[in-house]
Amino acid sequence: MSIPLNWYLILAAALFCIGMFGVLSRKNAIAILLGMELMLNAVNINLVAFWRYLDPAKMAGQVFAIIVFAVAAAEVAVGLALIISVYRRRKTVVADEIDLMKW
Amino acid sequence: MNFLNDPITFISAWMRSLLTGWGLLDGLTTVIIYFIGITVLIIFAMVLDILLVWVERKVVARFQDRLGPNRIGPYGLFQPFADIIKLIIKEDITPAGADKLLYNLGPVLAIASVIILWAILPLSAKIYGVDLNVAILYLVAAGALGTLSILVGGWASNNKYALLGAFRMVANMVSYEIPMVVVLLIPTILADTMSVQGITQAQNGMWFAILSPLALIIFLISAIAELGRSPFDLNEAESEIVAGFHIEYTGMKFGLFYAGELLHAFTFGGFMAVLFFGGYGGFFGLEKIGFFSWLNNPFVQAVVFLAKAMFGYWVIMWIKYSMPRIRIDHMLAFNWKFLTPLALVVLVNTAVLSKVLAGLPNWGYVLGMFLSNLVIGFITIEILRAYGRKQRKAETKPTPQNGQNQEQVA
Amino acid sequence: MTADQIIFLLCAVLILGSSIMVVTTRKLIHAALWLVAALFGVAILFAILQAGFLAVVQVVVYIGAIAILFIFAVMLTRKEMLDKGTQTRSNWWLPALLGLLILAGLVFLILGQPIFGRTAAAMPEGVDTLRNLGFALVSPDAFVLPFEVASVLLLAALVGAVYVAAGNNK
Repeated sequence: MSIPLNWYLILAAALFCIGMFGVLSRKNAIAILLGMELMLNAVNINLVAFWRYLDPAKMAGQVFAIIVFAVAAAEVAVGLALIISVYRRRKTVVADEIDLMKW
Repeated sequence: MNFLNDPITFISAWMRSLLTGWGLLDGLTTVIIYFIGITVLIIFAMVLDILLVWVERKVVARFQDRLGPNRIGPYGLFQPFADIIKLIIKEDITPAGADKLLYNLGPVLAIASVIILWAILPLSAKIYGVDLNVAILYLVAAGALGTLSILVGGWASNNKYALLGAFRMVANMVSYEIPMVVVLLIPTILADTMSVQGITQAQNGMWFAILSPLALIIFLISAIAELGRSPFDLNEAESEIVAGFHIEYTGMKFGLFYAGELLHAFTFGGFMAVLFFGGYGGFFGLEKIGFFSWLNNPFVQAVVFLAKAMFGYWVIMWIKYSMPRIRIDHMLAFNWKFLTPLALVVLVNTAVLSKVLAGLPNWGYVLGMFLSNLVIGFITIEILRAYGRKQRKAETKPTPQNGQNQEQVA
Repeated sequence: MTADQIIFLLCAVLILGSSIMVVTTRKLIHAALWLVAALFGVAILFAILQAGFLAVVQVVVYIGAIAILFIFAVMLTRKEMLDKGTQTRSNWWLPALLGLLILAGLVFLILGQPIFGRTAAAMPEGVDTLRNLGFALVSPDAFVLPFEVASVLLLAALVGAVYVAAGNNK
């Protein structure tokens, strides 16, 4: 094991920034959710790298990563359900065009 | 350590001495030996696949009271080669408007998701790919990759029927993963480990098929649904949806889908053997008697394992060629309303009883687990009968129009 | 350059390359499949970090469920099968600049701390991470409460998603 810890942290930071670029610059609502998944994965890489390099006997890092899995799955399920429901009503998934509440 | 008792270590040590004698670095030697091992394993799996095509056609013929291919070679043994040559020389059509990269990726992912399962299949105590300590979850992960390959194939064909078939198949596979994961926890609880080697060795006392027959039945049903074979094959039924997601695939690409499905069925037969029928061992202590010590030989164990896997594959084929097709909404209702609650009940029962009965002698433990499964099965059948009775009564009850007609006639 | 480092660099190229393709490609279905490649790279990374259980759970949960949900959603919200027009907003240079600035800041912070330069100690002897993880998730003086709260969260998300996506046809 000769990989220094900061390689993992820089990789996670780069993945996070790419995900953020995806969220802020895409028009399609589903593409925005794809960027969010990249950000959550970057967080997971960080957590597991710190678990391995600091104290592998304590399980807090892995448990936190599992909770992040569960939260990401819940968020994607509800988010995609909302997008499909909005598509049925407004016939569009472009985030800019979904700008009116019910009147 | 000689070849007969420990083949893989012997061969890898010999190759390592040969390659370092030629002057290669140690790390590079390791990588080369691993690559050669992987190639040999894949070649073995694919050659077995060719044999499975012949087995499938002969067995379906016997189930349908006919002979099957018997012209090409003795007993038709060279028929798969004729099939493969036909598939290879067919014209390779890509439909107009199809996504070329995804269209070619579909069959590759389908066969890849089956071959990666052969890395954890324990052919014997000393012949296996890798002994993962999370092998049971690896099985579920490979199923997830197979699901992805079907979506890619169905989408890339640019065809409404292919897409519809792919949707149905993926809904089927994702739904039936739930009872499969729940039932896969039962050998994990009984053997106290998730590794397949550990589960095989824990069955030296008693096969898990006897400790938990309901788990075997539920695993069989979920495995058949995961494979997409009859009776759960509405997704690729010729008479209903015109071959579903692989309608646009011809030639060797269809051959990869077809061969992948057969190899997947055999691999699930192998997993049934490992998880419930004792894998390569499980002779109830017979191999400890001096006369039967040849049962510990790796090659004999591999033959025993392959025989048990072939028996599992035969059971899957038996069910395929004896039962009619099930409609898609019945399929999903069967899963969510019956199979998942039953699997959860069996899991809770196994978990509780395996701790409560731990103090009893071996025959008491086995008898207790087996009887509890029988009781759950009996209660389930009674509930199903009551449900069926209620449904029949609701259908034949006279509706108001019926009653009026009868009054007028009388 | 040891073998570990070569494998890590290949894995990093896979992850970063796939994620750049996710956020820039025009066809949305390709973006979902590039996401699958990126998630697979993260699973390989977990395996390198000797968190084998997390690697397999990543494939099962992310690739086997979430990526398939994405592909279903993309297929269900299309009027036709082709993508037309640009997929990024007209001021896309602003998020790119923001991303580069934040990346530069994070890299500066990370490289500034010498304690992050350490290499990993070997795993302590006799530590069975799978068993320890199981104990940690159900033991009352470990993490059983977040575990139960996460399961209630998943139940709420399940009910909510089914209700929202079922529409108004009773």
